Amino acid sequence: MSEQSVEITVNGKTISAEPGEMVIAAAERAGEFIPRFCYHPRMSSVGMCRQCLVEIDTGRGPMLQPSCMVPVSPGMTVDTESDTTKQAQEGILELLLANHPLDCPVCDKGGECPLQDQAFSHGPGESRYIEEKRHYEKPIDISSLIMLDRERCVLCDRCTRFADEVAGDPLIHFVERGNATQVMTYPDEPFSSHFSGNTAQICPVGALTAKPYRFKARPWDIEQANSTCTSCSVGCEISVHSSRDRVLRYQGIDNDDVNWGWLCDRGRFNFESIHAEGRVTEPLIKTADGHQATSWNAAMSITTELLNESLASAGAPSVGLIGGARGTNEDAWAWARLCTALGIERHDPQIGDGLPAALLGMPRATIRDVASAATVVLLAPDLKEELPVLYLRLRDAVVNGSTRIIEFTATGSGLTRHAWRSIRHGAGDAGSVISATLEDADVQAQLSSGPVVVVAGRGNLATSADVEFAALQKLMTAVDGATVLPALRRGNVVGALQAGLGPTSEAFDTTSTLTAAANGQIEVLVLLGSDPLADFPDRDLATAALNGAGRVVSITGHMNASTADADVVLPAAVMSEKTGSTTNLEGRVLPVAKKVNTPGVARPDWMIAVELADRLGHDLGASSVEGISEQLMSVGAGVGSVWRVPFQASAQEVSVAPKGGYDIDLIVSRVMYDGGVATASSPSLAGLANGRAVAVNPAVLEQFGIDSGEMIRIVSERGSAELPVCPDDRLDRNTVWAAFAQPGRESGFGDVRSLISSSAPVSRVRIERVP
Amino acid sequence: MARLTDENVTLAKEIIDRYPRAKSALIPLLHIAQEQDGWVTDEAMRHIAELIGVTPAEVLGTGTFYEMFKFEPVGRYLINVCGTMSCALLGADDLMHAAEEELGIHEGGTTDDGMFTLHRAECQAACTEAPCLQVNYRYRFRTTPVEVRQLISDLRNGRLEDEIPPHGTLARVRQHIPADRGVGAVDPSRVTSPPEWITASAEGGAS
Repeated sequence: MSEQSVEITVNGKTISAEPGEMVIAAAERAGEFIPRFCYHPRMSSVGMCRQCLVEIDTGRGPMLQPSCMVPVSPGMTVDTESDTTKQAQEGILELLLANHPLDCPVCDKGGECPLQDQAFSHGPGESRYIEEKRHYEKPIDISSLIMLDRERCVLCDRCTRFADEVAGDPLIHFVERGNATQVMTYPDEPFSSHFSGNTAQICPVGALTAKPYRFKARPWDIEQANSTCTSCSVGCEISVHSSRDRVLRYQGIDNDDVNWGWLCDRGRFNFESIHAEGRVTEPLIKTADGHQATSWNAAMSITTELLNESLASAGAPSVGLIGGARGTNEDAWAWARLCTALGIERHDPQIGDGLPAALLGMPRATIRDVASAATVVLLAPDLKEELPVLYLRLRDAVVNGSTRIIEFTATGSGLTRHAWRSIRHGAGDAGSVISATLEDADVQAQLSSGPVVVVAGRGNLATSADVEFAALQKLMTAVDGATVLPALRRGNVVGALQAGLGPTSEAFDTTSTLTAAANGQIEVLVLLGSDPLADFPDRDLATAALNGAGRVVSITGHMNASTADADVVLPAAVMSEKTGSTTNLEGRVLPVAKKVNTPGVARPDWMIAVELADRLGHDLGASSVEGISEQLMSVGAGVGSVWRVPFQASAQEVSVAPKGGYDIDLIVSRVMYDGGVATASSPSLAGLANGRAVAVNPAVLEQFGIDSGEMIRIVSERGSAELPVCPDDRLDRNTVWAAFAQPGRESGFGDVRSLISSSAPVSRVRIERVP
Repeated sequence: MARLTDENVTLAKEIIDRYPRAKSALIPLLHIAQEQDGWVTDEAMRHIAELIGVTPAEVLGTGTFYEMFKFEPVGRYLINVCGTMSCALLGADDLMHAAEEELGIHEGGTTDDGMFTLHRAECQAACTEAPCLQVNYRYRFRTTPVEVRQLISDLRNGRLEDEIPPHGTLARVRQHIPADRGVGAVDPSRVTSPPEWITASAEGGAS
């Protein structure tokens, strides 16, 4: 409460409210609930539904006013229970129900519907309206995820306001007027926002429903647990809803520090992958006839033997571990302790697609710091695609706050339209572009006007992490007092690095492990929930490594490319099947809840580590998730705390070779929907990936005399790929862009990863006509 | 389906430049689209969205609020027969029947040749002149079924070309404001002082 709180009287009680606070919010805090449909605390008030009419007296006598539109003023008297108020609220509900179909028995919202609930609590009980109701075709698709039933809609403007104000994708709008007013998309342009699922959650009636949940359950059959979404590293708070041992949906919970109640569609709907076909349910051993199911005992014996043998014969450098950023803190902690016990130094939770762990050695910022900074410098991938809810927070900071964004990007991003300065750089020259930009007097003035936060991640997967990190170091040295928010992508990458799963030097990171494997120096390669064949930017190296490694042990929830040929496959529990904690990009430790049982005999990663340790004659000091949580708590990683482990930041000189015969920069970055296992095994999302293509400046199409969609060949020193081409006017003529890890819908499409070499600082290509 | 013609794009850009925010030009641009094709086509709405940097859904949402923007083809002549109280009492139905008979279409329809669209309209604010109707919003006061038939015949034979331009026409002589004579757009975010009239009335004490 600020020092200038305002005293008002609500139903005879004196309460203090924040200056500028709306009566509806102040009354709710004081325990006086005023019914509402359109009011939402995270969006602007519009006074659309009139349900929150109450008698407000500001000295001129009591008058009915919408409490979501009236800010508190000193001495104000509010009566939410007077006869006049009651009559007004009952009248509004009768009006809203006049055209409502009252099809509650077949409506998904039934049981958790504000209209239903408030018709009971504040409604008149019966209607005088006997005429024919309004009729529309029901329900219609407004996107591939959301359906709209216009008959149920009460025109509260929540979804349209969300799309416009919060998501910045005003693809739905009120059309027509008066009795014909309805929410609608443009005829041939669906509501394909990355955030469309939120509209189904905030719809106060059953007008908007999310397809993955339609007709799946009733609220009274649902059990729920608070948890954290781990689809990316933002760490949005969710409620996991399940019934009969199946996860049915995730709902966003308003966490003031993190997600404000919002979720992206990938995070909201990829729970479908938990119950997907491709789950590994039993331990598998590779035989001449392919994978054969076996018992845990047999599989663990073999794994133990493999590790023992290679450690004894070739020593610790012959064992490598890749992955661990998709699990809980407990998983990462147990595996890190196991590696330490066995002397294994080759371990890295990142798959060569992040930044060096030294990133975490820089002064760190929270999301709140970002949203309140005077200047945010983006040296990161497109946040709208990779860390979508962080994009929402940043967009809000710019649109509704006074934050200014300085963006360094090779292609432009979802935040470009909100950026104060959006500065383009080519592959590998971000450092010099940053230096030049920082000499600008306006930029200097802006940077010295208040706190500066750098959002730092791997903007281009076709440029080496060292080059990208060197640019960041340059920026951090140049801007005094700047802090960093790491924009690393995988759910628990920060937790895994801080738990000790990160490599202690570059000689042990994923790239060097894969290189060693390709050279036949790795006896046992452990994949801890990772899929280097799909995720490592240099595809040829990953393929050579998987072929060259002596044995591959894959601990995974789903079958994937790298697991298909693994010698031992151990079935792992995925999120919502295990308890523990996760660490988001800020370092905030957040709870992860188990809501359903694992399929078959799958186990959480930590349990596998503990048993392996036991079999190899080591004691990790804990044999339960609680035990590991206690160990984590003792190092400051208890749930609710912001956990930060100091890392050494190392400066590196990186030289980028001159252009030579390949003079076009290749930019590769991720988009929201790709071929990754969580998306690909969620039926509702799998079809949303764009598929493979390469984007070029429209003039290039003219130059080659080809149309959009036709094949073009991209050649680098490493290899070549034939891909369909699409024009993109955000790119200059010296840049091509391709989305990473897209599923190849049609055979004959090349893979952009075959152009990337992990030993080259940048990837340059040329474009050729397909003969 | 038609996007705006090159000539209209030039005009649209001139209009957009008059406003501090491009979005503000939405309604004038919808008028131009309607003038071009007689109604607002989907393609034109998409084109307008591109020109002013909004989504097509916002153009549709804003446009459909206004009854005088038509989003389906209408005839060259839109006949609105007033059907509200005074006109209804003084024979609006007879006018409608005469028009329907003469045109061979029902209320709400458009003739096959694309010449006429017939609508029943709400009060046209000419109750003292009832029954009345409008052709492309040009009044015909105290009219009779005989006059309606005559009117339709005149329109059909082009005898009223001078008086009644095709539906959607904004002006036959377009006013152009040279750039140097324009007031110029002020960015609202840069305005710090209240409007002059507020200061004036506060000083003058007149209220």
